[in-house]
Amino acid sequence: MHVIRVPSSLDYSTVDSVFQQCAQVAEGKALFDAGYLRFVDPQGLVGLLSAGALLKRRLGQAPHLRLPRQTKVLGYLARIRFFEQARRFFSMQARRPREFAASSDVLLEITPVTTNSDVHAVVDRVQSRAGTILTRTLGYPLVTVVQFSVVLSEVCQNIIEHAEAPGWVAAQAYYWAKRRERWMLVIAVSDLGRGFRESLAAEHAGGYGKRWGDGTALEAAFLHGVTRFQDSGRGQGIQQIRRQVRRWDGLISIRSGTARIADVPDWDDTPALEQGLARFPGAQINIVLPAKERGKEKSRMTDPGPDS
Amino acid sequence: MNGFGVDPVAIDLRRLVERQVASLYAHLVTRPTGRAVRMAIESQLASAGEMALSVIDFSEVHVLDFSCADEVVAKLLLHYQPPEEATRAFFIFRGVSDLHLEPIQAVLERHRLAAVAEPPGGRCRLVGVRSDADARVWRSLEERGALSRGEVPAQLPDEVDRTTLESLVRRGLAFQRPESGDYLALSNLMRSLMG
Repeated sequence: MHVIRVPSSLDYSTVDSVFQQCAQVAEGKALFDAGYLRFVDPQGLVGLLSAGALLKRRLGQAPHLRLPRQTKVLGYLARIRFFEQARRFFSMQARRPREFAASSDVLLEITPVTTNSDVHAVVDRVQSRAGTILTRTLGYPLVTVVQFSVVLSEVCQNIIEHAEAPGWVAAQAYYWAKRRERWMLVIAVSDLGRGFRESLAAEHAGGYGKRWGDGTALEAAFLHGVTRFQDSGRGQGIQQIRRQVRRWDGLISIRSGTARIADVPDWDDTPALEQGLARFPGAQINIVLPAKERGKEKSRMTDPGPDS
Repeated sequence: MNGFGVDPVAIDLRRLVERQVASLYAHLVTRPTGRAVRMAIESQLASAGEMALSVIDFSEVHVLDFSCADEVVAKLLLHYQPPEEATRAFFIFRGVSDLHLEPIQAVLERHRLAAVAEPPGGRCRLVGVRSDADARVWRSLEERGALSRGEVPAQLPDEVDRTTLESLVRRGLAFQRPESGDYLALSNLMRSLMG
């Protein structure tokens, strides 16, 4: 039995450790031990789902997921509808909670994205919920709701049009006590598709010669708007998302294959380009938007754990 | 015949989406939705005469993303106003708020296009890629509403401006009456045809 230890704090900065452990598992049975999970953000959750799906595909059987011991973490996982997706890829003990009230700071529960209609559903849901979180919690102007919907629409379309495989999106606001003493909104997107390098290879690898790889493919798409389509109207989605995230002083990163590329604001120390990471065959997009002002911690009813 | 040789076609995007694309879709998002909307617009324009002025109304559209704008605005213009060819239809994008303008401006810049947009309750403006001469001559015609052929040398004494006026007509950003050669701002043509 291969044991994959899920960090006690699972977010965009620690989820790579899960993929690194998964890379060592080639056959047999696997257990994801999330027993000590105390904090998890949307990127951690869709990353965990992706890791489970990848191992199930590789091993030919569902890995087991040991659930968190803390009841409030379990409650959060139920509220963000983690279990609805996780049961497709993991075997689990039947200890999970059954019913939870809707959460005020879960902007978008973990939502599978496979079709055009799914993107419309995501935009509809966010339009009806985003106002309060974006204006009251983050201090953004009301018009931001539409701009935020556009960002979500474009990142979800990236799954459908480029990955050609299923994926998930989730978004939540929470209080970052340790890092910034302010509220943050995290948007996480993950797909199990073919990744940027393969998606772009037929049209663009030749131009890069021996330099072609995960890092150069991400640079081509992220920095230069390159796509596999001949249509000159394509490829602007990511460029426009980057522009909008910069205006909000946010962080955006894309991880695909063995590389990650990012637009990094002053308040974060994520490297602009990382290579040599554990292989992830699809793509993950992570967006973190900070509140305009530092604010006091609000109700923790929906907070996933004490370590935030 | 209305004397202009142009058929007016008014298109309410929200109704078009509900009727011909998907009644459940409240927003103009995703490329397939934009493509379906563009094809529905092209279908309506196919039943018009050889030359049409289409007023495409965004007033009831709440969310417009970049992919949809690329199909509904840029691809539509490229189809009816191909580069280096005379325009086959004129377009005014009506009810364009600042939130619509951002994706529209982005896709126009991407394709090196310009278009006429009318904000809610405001006057038409030229958006997208335009030179200083484009902006100057277009605004001059817009403020006057019309310019007879005989008035052109006096109103536009600079050769560059006269060439620019011809270019605006060719790109579907101004109208020239076929029989008289007089020039009309698209907003004036719209009022004349649609009231």
